[in-house]
Amino acid sequence: MAEVLVLVEATRDFAVKKVTLELLTLARTLGSPSAVVFGADGAAAALADKLGEYGAEKIYAGEGAEIDGHLVAPKATALADLVKRVQPAAVLLPSTQEGKEIAGRLAVKLDNGLLTDVVELTADGIATQPAFAGQVVVKSKVTRGIPIATVRPNSLTPTPAAASPQVEALEIALTPADTLAKVVDRVVEQKGSRPELTEASVVVSGGRGVGSGDNFKLVEELADLLGGAVGASRAAVDSGFYPHQFQVGQTGKTVSPQLYIALGISGAIQHRAGMQTSKTIVAVNKDAEAPIFELADYGVVGDLFKVVPQAAEEIRKRK
Amino acid sequence: MNIVVLVKQVPDSGSERNLAGDNTVERQSANNVINEMDEYAIEEALKIQEAHGGEVTILTMGPERATESIRKALSMGPDKAVHVLDDALHGSCAVATSKVLAAALGTLNADLIIAGAESTDGRVQVLPHMIAERLGVAALTGARKLTVDGGTLTIERQTEEGYEVVTAATPAVVSVWDTINEPRYPSFKGIMAAKKKPVQTLALADLGVDAGEVGFAGASSEVVEHAKRPARSGGQKVADDGNGGVALVEFLSSEKFV
Ligand SMILES: Cc1cc2nc3c(=O)[nH]c(=O)nc-3n(C[C@H](O)[C@H](O)[C@H](O)COP(=O)(O)OP(=O)(O)OC[C@H]3O[C@@H](n4cnc5c(N)ncnc54)[C@H](O)[C@@H]3O)c2cc1C
Ligand SMILES: Nc1ncnc2c1ncn2[C@@H]1O[C@H](COP(=O)(O)O)[C@@H](O)[C@H]1O
Repeated sequence: MAEVLVLVEATRDFAVKKVTLELLTLARTLGSPSAVVFGADGAAAALADKLGEYGAEKIYAGEGAEIDGHLVAPKATALADLVKRVQPAAVLLPSTQEGKEIAGRLAVKLDNGLLTDVVELTADGIATQPAFAGQVVVKSKVTRGIPIATVRPNSLTPTPAAASPQVEALEIALTPADTLAKVVDRVVEQKGSRPELTEASVVVSGGRGVGSGDNFKLVEELADLLGGAVGASRAAVDSGFYPHQFQVGQTGKTVSPQLYIALGISGAIQHRAGMQTSKTIVAVNKDAEAPIFELADYGVVGDLFKVVPQAAEEIRKRK
Repeated sequence: MNIVVLVKQVPDSGSERNLAGDNTVERQSANNVINEMDEYAIEEALKIQEAHGGEVTILTMGPERATESIRKALSMGPDKAVHVLDDALHGSCAVATSKVLAAALGTLNADLIIAGAESTDGRVQVLPHMIAERLGVAALTGARKLTVDGGTLTIERQTEEGYEVVTAATPAVVSVWDTINEPRYPSFKGIMAAKKKPVQTLALADLGVDAGEVGFAGASSEVVEHAKRPARSGGQKVADDGNGGVALVEFLSSEKFV
């Protein structure tokens, strides 16, 4: 069976991200999964157990300062060399900023088609992609080369399938152009206990209706009770209630959790763009005409400052 | 500093959008605007020009009607524009688009190329790196802050855990998110001046790109079908009678979230 290369995404302290496990699960339906780890020295060894647990038959390790100390270009070069050598059936990458960037360079290097924001990929190479804020569903395929696909987090449920992968160190031959963009510092801003927004199975978001940064504690409290991540509408971000990296929508993150709760959010088309493919949608809004109710599976017309504390209290009681 | 800003015309993300019968973006009936992120790219270029001098050029690949967006971009303040316009481009994939834009950039001798981090129609987020790859120059992408110190560029790039500081020498491609600045509104004077600013039109032949490498003919991927997603049907809607919070948890519990 042909190999399927999976680009591994992990945190800097070597925790495999959930999207990687999803990619391995998808890769198993297409061929024999090989995980490709790029990172600091020791990354592959630290990640190997988890990758094996989800079916990686092989692990390719591209480690060291050259790879880790520059923006994406060296990774794309190493990946392109690997593709030429092992002739995989497909390359799967996470549909994140870095995943897309590497995929873009890879497509140019190989003069190969590229599919982004994929939520499904069949063995015959047909990809399903939501387009235009999820208003349209597109099916497409690569017509030159192999499927190089970036896959959206939360598109499928990761399932374990134990394998015992060998780690193979990659010999990496970089060109001068690969090392032009140097990462000179990495600053950890806040690393709370909440799951990452795009990976969370529950997201609780607040909008302008939340009223202030202080009041976002209500949103956070409900998120924590449900083990979820916190999101925000653009109006909430622009008003300074919550930091920009938590913005959901057209110009923010796209999320697709099992449960999305919108508090004080009207449901503008650009907000929907980032949450419309959530499995279950719940809304609390005092305006019965708010468009968010058009997509909510369950909506409460009411004052969030009454409804949310009561709901939080009720969840605590039931625990 | 000689700056080129990449500007794409897209259908307004606030309206209904669809694909046309030939599976390309429906632009005919759409309300077409400058890709929002590109306005931030233009603003950043103008700020750098104000501080360091030089020239700002807009570069667009797009159909005839993209001229409106080019004039609008010029009304913010850039000096001139280049419009890559050729019927053969219809149906181009990202790989081909990057080839054309890189070829056009080859004629422009830019120290700094600024792009939006992503376009709202494709949301592919790949063009800046593809172009850098083809030109063999540095790419500093996803900037929320850019500083220029002589020939050295430094950006802050938001990551999930915080941010990275990345640096490179010019020439380079930089792409920006909307956190980087607040784009200016065109002034009346700017709008009038834009009408007279030079817009150079380039066809594929001028760029030495063969028509067979772009458009449907040269596409490396293809849309096989598209359909409107069935509208979500609104579910239950209850008015809070003083027990809305409890009712909400009841629902969450019935769906096994609590
Ligand atoms: C190019 C472009 C890109 C955009 N990108 C994004 C994006 O990425 N993400 C995004 O979210 N938006 C985006 N927007 C903005 C979008 O159009 C809306 O303006 C925004 O989503 C509105 O946010 P909101 O729902 O929080 O605020 P509002 O529309 O002001 O809605 C607030 C809601 O809160 C309700 N409310 C108020 N008080 C209470 C209370 N006490 N209890 C219950 N409910 C209450 C109100 O009834 C109202 O429905 C974009 C716009 C443009 C033009
Ligand atoms: N046809 C085009 N003409 C000019 N610039 C473009 C074009 N397509 C993409 N770009 C630039 O590349 C950025 C990223 O686009 P994308 O990779 O399509 O998401 C955009 O914000 C533009 O700055």
